[in-house]
Amino acid sequence: MKPSLFGYRAPKTLDEAITMLASDADAAVLAGGQSLLPAMNFRLANPSLLIDIQHVEGLRGISVEKDRIVVRAMVRHREFELDPAVRAANPLIHEVMQHVAHVPIRNRGTVVGSLCHADPSAEMPLLLTLLGGSVIAQGPQGRREIGAEEFFTSFLSTARRQDEIIVEARFPTPRAGAGAAFDEVTRRHGDYALAAVGCVLTLDAQDKAATIQLAASGIADKPLRLKGAEALLKGSALATGDLDAAVKASLPLVTQSDEANASVSFRRRALGALIRRMVVKAAERARSGSPQ
Amino acid sequence: MSTRSFGARVERNVDPKLLRGEGAFIDDIPLANVLHTAFLRSPHARARIKSIDVRAAKQHPGVVAVYTCDDIGVLDMAMPLLIPHPCMKNPQTQRPLARDEVHYVGQTIAMVVAVDRYTAEDGAGLIEVEYEPLPVEMDMEKALAPGAPLVHEKAPGNLAAHFVQVCGKPDDAFARAEHIVKIRVQVDRSTAAPMECRAIAARWDAVSGELTVWDGTQAPISVRGGLASIFALDEDKVRVIAPDVGGGFGQKVLFFYPDELLVPMAAMQLGRPVKYIEDRRENFLGSSQERTQIHEIELAALKTGEVIGLRDSFLHDTGAYIPYGIAVAQVASTSIAGPYRIPNIWVEFKAVYTPTVQVTPYRGCGRPQACFAVERAMDQLAEELGLDRFEIRKRNFIGVDQFPYEREGLLFADGLKVTLDSGQYAKALGMAADALGASSFAADQAAARAEGKYLGLGLACYVEGTGLGPYEGGHVRIHPITGKVYVNTGLSTQGQGHDTVFAQIVSDQLGVKPEDVIVVEGDTKAFDWGVATFASRAAVVSGNAIHKTAITVRKKTITAAANMLEVAEDEVELRDGAAWVIGSNRFVPLAAVATASNPLRYAFNEAAQAATQFAPASKHDGPPLGEGTAPGLEATDYYSPPASTWAYGVHAAIVEVDPGTCAVKIRKYICIHDCGNMINPMIVEGQVMGGIAQGIGGALYERLDYQPDGNLANASFMDFLMPYATEIPDVKILHLETPSPLNPLGVKGVGEAGCIAVGAVVASGVEDALKQLGPMKFRHVPLTPTMISDALESVGH
Ligand SMILES: Cc1cc2nc3c(=O)[nH]c(=O)nc-3n(C[C@H](O)[C@H](O)[C@H](O)COP(=O)(O)OP(=O)(O)OC[C@H]3O[C@@H](n4cnc5c(N)ncnc54)[C@H](O)[C@@H]3O)c2cc1C
Repeated sequence: MKPSLFGYRAPKTLDEAITMLASDADAAVLAGGQSLLPAMNFRLANPSLLIDIQHVEGLRGISVEKDRIVVRAMVRHREFELDPAVRAANPLIHEVMQHVAHVPIRNRGTVVGSLCHADPSAEMPLLLTLLGGSVIAQGPQGRREIGAEEFFTSFLSTARRQDEIIVEARFPTPRAGAGAAFDEVTRRHGDYALAAVGCVLTLDAQDKAATIQLAASGIADKPLRLKGAEALLKGSALATGDLDAAVKASLPLVTQSDEANASVSFRRRALGALIRRMVVKAAERARSGSPQ
Repeated sequence: MSTRSFGARVERNVDPKLLRGEGAFIDDIPLANVLHTAFLRSPHARARIKSIDVRAAKQHPGVVAVYTCDDIGVLDMAMPLLIPHPCMKNPQTQRPLARDEVHYVGQTIAMVVAVDRYTAEDGAGLIEVEYEPLPVEMDMEKALAPGAPLVHEKAPGNLAAHFVQVCGKPDDAFARAEHIVKIRVQVDRSTAAPMECRAIAARWDAVSGELTVWDGTQAPISVRGGLASIFALDEDKVRVIAPDVGGGFGQKVLFFYPDELLVPMAAMQLGRPVKYIEDRRENFLGSSQERTQIHEIELAALKTGEVIGLRDSFLHDTGAYIPYGIAVAQVASTSIAGPYRIPNIWVEFKAVYTPTVQVTPYRGCGRPQACFAVERAMDQLAEELGLDRFEIRKRNFIGVDQFPYEREGLLFADGLKVTLDSGQYAKALGMAADALGASSFAADQAAARAEGKYLGLGLACYVEGTGLGPYEGGHVRIHPITGKVYVNTGLSTQGQGHDTVFAQIVSDQLGVKPEDVIVVEGDTKAFDWGVATFASRAAVVSGNAIHKTAITVRKKTITAAANMLEVAEDEVELRDGAAWVIGSNRFVPLAAVATASNPLRYAFNEAAQAATQFAPASKHDGPPLGEGTAPGLEATDYYSPPASTWAYGVHAAIVEVDPGTCAVKIRKYICIHDCGNMINPMIVEGQVMGGIAQGIGGALYERLDYQPDGNLANASFMDFLMPYATEIPDVKILHLETPSPLNPLGVKGVGEAGCIAVGAVVASGVEDALKQLGPMKFRHVPLTPTMISDALESVGH
């Protein structure tokens, strides 16, 4: 469990970092190192060069804007979790962050690093997908914005090109009056989710779902918006029958194969329970006027 | 008067050092010019090795040596079979480096020695091996069938051992039974996962001809004997030190692991110290594991619930080798009747070779499996007879007046007849019921159900044969300079707190503070007669040896002090680090007594000066050291237990099961525990609590996930689900103290107790919680959400 030989650079500017990245096809960006370094210790990843971006100017800090929160590349999980402005703008984030690993790992791991790592069971990719967010990639060809659903392509894979650095992620803020909820099923506290579900919804005057966003992770090779369920629930009273139908429409999305900790049928059961519970909880929160 | 320290919650002597990070584990031992090792391990469970090419590895910069089986001389052999038993057929043990074939994924094939571990791993990666993979069968039952792929060509049918033990007349009992239950249970394989993996370092001193080996072993004296024998060295020229060791749990009692022989060999050959620090992945792949057993157990009962007979036939997975003999299976088979009278027993096991790392004792050593089998069967019997689960147990317990209770025909791991020596089983059960609130549970369960919650009550009882012989020794000396007391024993410690409990025992005899008793263990230069740390035996066997020795030193001290103080011996008492004339303020410090007991004494310090005033030389006509006497205040003595002493306990819990997510939450956990007289209740509770945490691992989380091809899919803490602190509930531990009649201190072992019953408790609780949804049975641990989901599906929920 020792890595093989690798080079290390710590550039100060984004341009430098991008040039380094573009000049070596086996180079890797190092952010918090919480996923990359274990993989290197197991020699599952053998990058020739690590480009440590922690000293790169302009990659720190969170901006809470009018209808979105912008998280730059070197923002640690823990900053995102504890930032009071973030919490005020979108309390769901704090709730979700409790499920990401453990405090020491959140102290080092970055939000953007987690998005780039693209573990299909991780919370940050689910959150970005649920909220319909995006990332900003910057490479030798310039800057581009990539929407969440386009960004996550498969297991540990994204639409980021090898020579691009993700400089920030944008998490849209739910509209006023929305209720939100998130929960997941894990074997142990802080583990990656076997199934996780997030829900954001608004209710109309008749207590029916005016808008609804529903997403899940841990069930397929990437986080998924549960579009069939969203369509069924939108405009409904969120009654048991509506929820039954929404669950039924979502179960086929479980494509993760049987594995030691979770069979497909268990994942379906857990997904169903989570959908029901998160929709009900988000609706209660919308009704009570406190988003959480 | 000083207060008795036996029985007190004395803080652990070892903690300040460990908590400050000043422990010296093997990797902390400074060795100048040390070389590091890495192993090339087999990626196949079964394969023929057609060729090994180490040329590129040898040329890699920084690599100092590469060894294969062709380069290791006398070590190219099957390693020792430690505990032979006639029921084993052609027992197989591992070779330090594989020759011609491999038997499990992770088996060592080559060792690379290099300037650092990074380079050693690079070197291992450059070795090319040509394999011819062979078919494997991972399922024990299928492995026994004719035509199954063999783990060893020399072991037909993959059968490693077959053994039957009979107590009483089981056939008659079954013929006479009014009710019979039969169930099948399974426990899966786990691993000890000590915080510090295994480690070894060796230094060869060519000038003195001495080999020094630092080994994180539970058995330093035995390792020394083995090394001396295999390398043909004088035993006195081999010193084995087990320094601070970060947990063992049985995994470190096995010897030899390949590195324990190869690292000393390399140190001798290369003339430089060499070390091997096992990493976590290697610990998962190459260090002993335990637990897989499948039991088919039957109980023959009367309508009253009295169990008159038991039949159990089980398969025991021994891995690819059986170096520790049948110990695990034998302990399981002799623990099968638990705390119950059950006078007629037939128990059979087959130990099966599977292409996996060897199975040797892991904390519990077959007891968790036996407990799981009999307790799940008891629950089933209670259900079928319509009896309460507490009641059926009460009706079958061995009564307080029935001890010693013998199970004629069952031989325990010490080769002696199972004889339960003392206990208050029914009282413990009553305490558990009270602490849990069992009488109001039915109402609580109904109330919770009304809120959509599923609560269940889990219950299990266990016994634990502890304190196995043959013997241990103790050496106690009062130091003439400091007056502190030095204690040695042949055991080694892995963090249990031996140093504190042994100090407490000595403290009471010699009237010194426990922190002034310095216990040195695990160094063959300090003490080299003894066995090892395993089988919950340290307090019982070393504890009593040290107790006996301390009594002798006490007598010597009183005699010497009476002489100095010029009073009769019965007028002297030892307290506060001195010998006092009872009822007066006259005393001599122990240091002075110790100094005076040495005819040669320079006046180094005040104690020595004080001693010279009492120079007894003038009182003797003969030589200063009289015939038959020895200088100083010291003694060595041994204790050999007549038989194992049986601890026991009752665990009960309330669990909540969420049928939606299949999560199991332990809402309340009660442990009633009896290990005889407690030397230090705080340490007892630490042991029990740690064991319960490990038991929760085995009940709900930890399962080594061997794939059909023999690869271990979860060889990391990411994937192997050892519970975190967040998964461990508050546990209420209550004690009973029924002294063991077998030893002077009245103590029983406690090291393994905590883990034994947990699987049975959890399964019993989950079954009880979900019974409202249909007849679901949980007889396989670890009990996973997938199992719960499948069970719910089977009843259409
Ligand atoms: C014990 C443990 C438990 C964990 N549990 C969880 C959990 O429950 N949920 C969870 O979500 N995560 C979990 N994690 C992972 C943790 O959240 C990681 O920190 C996160 O996944 C990656 O962030 P990082 O900053 O450490 O990235 P790194 O490890 O530095 O990098 C990860 C990958 O992303 C790339 N990368 C990083 N930043 C950029 C960038 N700006 N541009 C381009 N590429 C980039 C790297 O090259 C690498 O391939 C756990 C980790 C550990 C060790």
